[in-house]
Amino acid sequence: MKPKLQESNRVLQDASYTREIAAGSGWMHVLRKGRILRITDLHGNQAVDTIFFNAGKTSERYNANNTMREQGNVYISTGTRIRSNENNVLLTVVADTCGRHDTLGSACSCESNTARYGLGKRYMHACRDIFLQCLLDWGQGMDKRDQVCNINFFMNVPVTPEGGSTFADGLSQPLKYVELRAEMDVIVLVANCPQLNNPCNAYHPTQVGVAIWDEK
Amino acid sequence: MESTETGKILFETEIAGGWSWSHIIKRGTSIRLTDLEGGANVSALFYNAANVTERYNMGDTLKIQHISFLCKDRCIYSDMGRILMSFVADSCGWHDVICGVSNAEMIAHRFGQQSYQDFQNAFYRNGADSLLVELAKYGMDQRDFTEVVNFFSKVAVDAEGRLSFVEGFSRPGSFVELRAEMDTLLILDTGMHPLNPSPTYLVKPIQVLVTKSSPSDPRDSCRTFCPENERGFINTERYHL
Repeated sequence: MKPKLQESNRVLQDASYTREIAAGSGWMHVLRKGRILRITDLHGNQAVDTIFFNAGKTSERYNANNTMREQGNVYISTGTRIRSNENNVLLTVVADTCGRHDTLGSACSCESNTARYGLGKRYMHACRDIFLQCLLDWGQGMDKRDQVCNINFFMNVPVTPEGGSTFADGLSQPLKYVELRAEMDVIVLVANCPQLNNPCNAYHPTQVGVAIWDEK
Repeated sequence: MESTETGKILFETEIAGGWSWSHIIKRGTSIRLTDLEGGANVSALFYNAANVTERYNMGDTLKIQHISFLCKDRCIYSDMGRILMSFVADSCGWHDVICGVSNAEMIAHRFGQQSYQDFQNAFYRNGADSLLVELAKYGMDQRDFTEVVNFFSKVAVDAEGRLSFVEGFSRPGSFVELRAEMDTLLILDTGMHPLNPSPTYLVKPIQVLVTKSSPSDPRDSCRTFCPENERGFINTERYHL
């Protein structure tokens, strides 16, 4: 793997919006066309489960198949155009100091935990419950049908040529970040993963930072 | 009694190349798809027929089984920790879950316009629109369009994550058989794989056989593929109690 590392010269003091998202919490926010969103893995090895919607027509949303096929690669890094179910570009990755982000694993849920880890693992906080809470709170008719397979920023799921996939120890470290430019008005939906059963959060979920810059 | 009935053909049909098709495959039955001519692709969407908000989840299917493709002994998971269908037979050994389907712009860009007005039913169709129209027949729309499974197509992934379509993968007579573990609304499209480099628009028919099946026994090879699948089967059996 050759990570496409790209640093950003933006400074947090110039951001128009900054916020920390606690582990196990959600964040849903409109990002206007042309603005830059930075997500920072403040403490390292934290999975940030993220879905994007066209803010003007939320039936258009992130689609993993179109994003992977059109760039001919399963991983997200600098230069990736994040595509919708209508194959339009929602956002472009403009900086990335981590190097690889997952498109295949999608979000954890109470229900899938029972198959993955044990029938008794039902009662552990999970990303899909966070997504659903955010979607219902957002209103405008959004519900479970809008909770599609998502991007996992900072999560490392290496795919082998033999067709295996595993959740491996993260490549991410404290203060690694990814920056995205909105190519249309989008709604960003984040679940900051509370999973305790695998190394995606180093068994210790931590808060992440978000910042937005209004580019001229 | 059940075992003697297993494999009994309930009906047979053929899906024309480049067309969509749908059917609720009931628990206790299986569907066998056969690539009659070779080189076919079948894109598929899967829903719990009794509650279509429960549907195929690519992420769960892959991470629960630690895989990045589908083949015999693997299962199609819903987002609810349950198994919609299991792969009980497969002559290919690889089915793509990564690449999605063609769309109108892609087909027009590669092959030009071939309209109904000029060519009647030989007009060029595309995977995205065909699947959406088939979904709409069940009251569903863009919000219900998930990731797809592409049967009979292999797309290799190298160590850097790069995708490459494997040409000539599916031979004439290739088949895959899926056993319904839940009543599954199966939406299919026989359009060409979006990464197939064919210089011409491909139209390949698919034979469909729906047969009686027996419930999985404790030694079933889908069930024992991994401990996760055993738990997935238990979740699915509890759903039916």
